[in-house]
Amino acid sequence: MRYAVIVFPGSNCDVDMYHAVKDALGCEVEYVWHNETSLDGFDGVLIPGGFSYGDYLRCGAMSALSDIIPAVRKAAADGKPILGVCNGFQILTEIGLLPGVLLRNTGMKFMCRFTNLKVENNNTTFTKLYQQGEEISFPIAHGEGNYCADEATLAKLKAENRIVFTYAENPNGSAENIAGIINESGNVLGMMPHPERAVEELLGGADGLKLFKSILQIWSGGAK
Amino acid sequence: MYKVKVYVTLRESILDPQGKAITGGLHKLGFGEVQDVRIGKYIEMTLDGCACNSTDGKIAPTACKNVEERVKQMCAKLLANEVMEDFRYEIEEII
Repeated sequence: MRYAVIVFPGSNCDVDMYHAVKDALGCEVEYVWHNETSLDGFDGVLIPGGFSYGDYLRCGAMSALSDIIPAVRKAAADGKPILGVCNGFQILTEIGLLPGVLLRNTGMKFMCRFTNLKVENNNTTFTKLYQQGEEISFPIAHGEGNYCADEATLAKLKAENRIVFTYAENPNGSAENIAGIINESGNVLGMMPHPERAVEELLGGADGLKLFKSILQIWSGGAK
Repeated sequence: MYKVKVYVTLRESILDPQGKAITGGLHKLGFGEVQDVRIGKYIEMTLDGCACNSTDGKIAPTACKNVEERVKQMCAKLLANEVMEDFRYEIEEII
């Protein structure tokens, strides 16, 4: 499986993403600079965390205008797995591949620590290898991770089982304790916690490994 | 030319933790009358000539017919995220 890690000016988790899929999983991976226009030849797309464009205007607002974004949309439409973490999640909401928005944490603090999550839906490309309801631990590192959407959107996410991860203890004020959501067709996941920073015990935990292995397993069994 | 002032504010339904913190700060300074503070963004733009009458985006030396419509689109497409923000604007023609 061949991954693209999109790199924007100000991305800072791109190397973590690269390391996770290359060294922990043995996948092929390449960095793709934001002003590229094609993602042909890649089987999956990883949008890393960071502070792309210095969070100018709003988190993800400037990245949403990047040359690579039409290719990201195309990959999404083609059913390729797309994972946006942290700033990557913010970008996915700005370009409308996922609903809602990430607001400033209600406590105003930048939260940087391991946090417990619950797997709310293990019937996805990204969570097949977890147990339904399993408690896992991923690091978070964000100042604006407070998920917000209108009532109708939240009701729809719930009804369609698209809330994939929730926080055991809400660190940022997110509606419904949402830590990660998936799109309607199930191939675009956005989440604030960092699975790519939890792929080996040496780094404090390996709960994130199953997320990447799930994608790989689904892909190996024939891409959707 | 036009001078455009855009004000972007969080929607009423959205909690504004910065505003809350500043309310507390003002109270601390003895301004107990402050009931609520909302933080927003102020964006000033100068629009050159008028690109808005042409279909190719090039500047035409004519008066702007739909400058307001264009400003609205700028707000909706980039300057504000309508999931969480409202916007308003003032447009002034300058020589």
